[in-house]
Amino acid sequence: MKTGTLRYLGGRLLQALLVLWVIVTLLFLIFRLAPGNPVAAYIDVTFTEEQQKALLEGFGLDKPLGVQYLIYLKNLAIGEFGDSFMHRKPVIEMVLTVLPNTLYLNFVALILAYLIGAIGGIVLAWFRGTALEKVGVTFTLMTRSAPEFWVGMIALTFFAFNRGWLPSSGATGAGTVYATEWQKLTSGDFWAHMVLPTLTMALYLHGLPLLLMRSNMLEVMQDDFITMGRLMGYSNWRLMVRHAARNALLPVVTALALGIGYSIGGNVVIENVFGWPGIGRLLVSAVAGSDYPLAQGAFFFTAVIMIVMNFVADLLYGLLDPRVGASQRARD
Amino acid sequence: MEAETFTDVQAPLDQPVSKRESPIAQAIGVSLEVFRKDRLALAGAIIYVVLILVALAAPLIAPYGELEVVQDEVGIWLSNQKPSEQFRLGTTNLGRDIFSQLIFGTRSALLVGFSAAVAVALIGTLVGLVSGYFGGWIDTVLMRLTDIAFGIPFLPLIIILVAFLKPSIWNIVLAMAGLLWRDSARVIRAQVLLVKEKAFVQAARVSGASDLRIMFLHVAPSILPLTFLYGSLAVGWAILTEASVSFLGFGDPNTVSWGYMLQDAFVSQAMSRGATYWIVPPGVCIMLAVMAGFFIGRGFEEVLFPQLRRQ
Repeated sequence: MKTGTLRYLGGRLLQALLVLWVIVTLLFLIFRLAPGNPVAAYIDVTFTEEQQKALLEGFGLDKPLGVQYLIYLKNLAIGEFGDSFMHRKPVIEMVLTVLPNTLYLNFVALILAYLIGAIGGIVLAWFRGTALEKVGVTFTLMTRSAPEFWVGMIALTFFAFNRGWLPSSGATGAGTVYATEWQKLTSGDFWAHMVLPTLTMALYLHGLPLLLMRSNMLEVMQDDFITMGRLMGYSNWRLMVRHAARNALLPVVTALALGIGYSIGGNVVIENVFGWPGIGRLLVSAVAGSDYPLAQGAFFFTAVIMIVMNFVADLLYGLLDPRVGASQRARD
Repeated sequence: MEAETFTDVQAPLDQPVSKRESPIAQAIGVSLEVFRKDRLALAGAIIYVVLILVALAAPLIAPYGELEVVQDEVGIWLSNQKPSEQFRLGTTNLGRDIFSQLIFGTRSALLVGFSAAVAVALIGTLVGLVSGYFGGWIDTVLMRLTDIAFGIPFLPLIIILVAFLKPSIWNIVLAMAGLLWRDSARVIRAQVLLVKEKAFVQAARVSGASDLRIMFLHVAPSILPLTFLYGSLAVGWAILTEASVSFLGFGDPNTVSWGYMLQDAFVSQAMSRGATYWIVPPGVCIMLAVMAGFFIGRGFEEVLFPQLRRQ
């Protein structure tokens, strides 16, 4: 790796840490401003005397705000998020239990979306100026404008409730317990539950890569090297797929970071529509139930997923494009 | 060459400053140009005009109140009615007329959409303008802030903020505006960097105009169309986000919005009953309103950046 690339990645890593710090601080402020005294953010009135005392000391809630902040940072660093009010369990345990489900959902949906988007973009560029292109672009704009939860509701109405083809809620059948995560992942039951949420999510997410891929293709097709290839008698197919598509793909990878942002946001509604036991559903139920520690933990991990995924996207981009060190400033 | 038309539309360089139209008039001129040239943008504008008219005339169009429970002669709630002459889109499980809710929902959608768009356009333009114009450490700080805003999970933060600030339309708008300015700020800054090197800006500087004067009188008019572009996109995002927030149950409890209707349908088992007449219309309305924003945004883009049009 060249120093330019290394510097770029170092900069991105610093950026990621900065974002994390801002989010953590923001969370601290929001939850201290929560209704009631700051203690209310960690201690439920129904906790026993001992529990209350333990938490009070553990989080330094009787100390000045500055000290509280430092203790809070230390607690986050060691994964101490307190206990959930509703479930009386350590927040970290609850979050880590559902975290994998969220990751499966988002990964599969993102991969699907970018596959469909990249291929769809090539197809629409191939058929430019035809009725197919118009229909395709309009359809994609429609999917970007339709609320994900609404598409999910319609999908549920038809495929789950009306036809009974697919399960309507959850990640596994009711009462089904899998001994290991691997067993769950290799079961047909789990994948049947995955179909509707991932497709609904991918349908929304595919718009960004598709429109980008299409316009990149059209732009690259104007380049000299394509004209050159044409003069050399290469087939249109070869030019489009082997030469143009490769170059057009790069900016689509860049947009992955943006796609991840949409995916994490959409994840919250999708999980709630499909009763998917993930971090988005945990967050909503915690906020609805004023379960502050749980809400804080769920939000923190949502942010961490996004930051890590963004960093991976940057990494990918840095590895794919040798010019990236030089063009770093242009991106800022 | 085509890039030049970009500057021509916004700031005719060959005219003396005094003869140039006011920024507002210029922006309106560009907008009319957009709607004349781009059919999709025109369609978007027509959708908005219709929505605005419906919102204004809502009490005249809607046969029932938005939360009115319709009863028959003996006082029995007319719940879960299928679409009929009396209830064009049926009723909810509490006997509320779905068509009337749909009509009144226009109001909150437009309120949220437009107020968020104005806030986003204002903040984004100001940040972009200041950042691009002054450069240096101000630029660094503001752009880092923008990067950070991009790194924060949007919807989850909105949910937390709205829940803690108490669910209301204005808190939703406030929370959204606090993050959505990031897109416009980044793009407008890039545009300011280009514009501030132009001859007419340099001339103003040489003639001793103050920074504020140059920024708002000379640079701002050139970026106003971009402000419009991001404003119209923000309308769509805001409506979509409000719908999501309401659907998750953190919406304004006193306002019937399309997101609220869908949440109502969701928790009332409308899906298992196959009550498509309840589920489909609010979503279609959201989609149309959001699409209209995107269409107008796209139209601006194509008139402002004609190099895209050759495709």
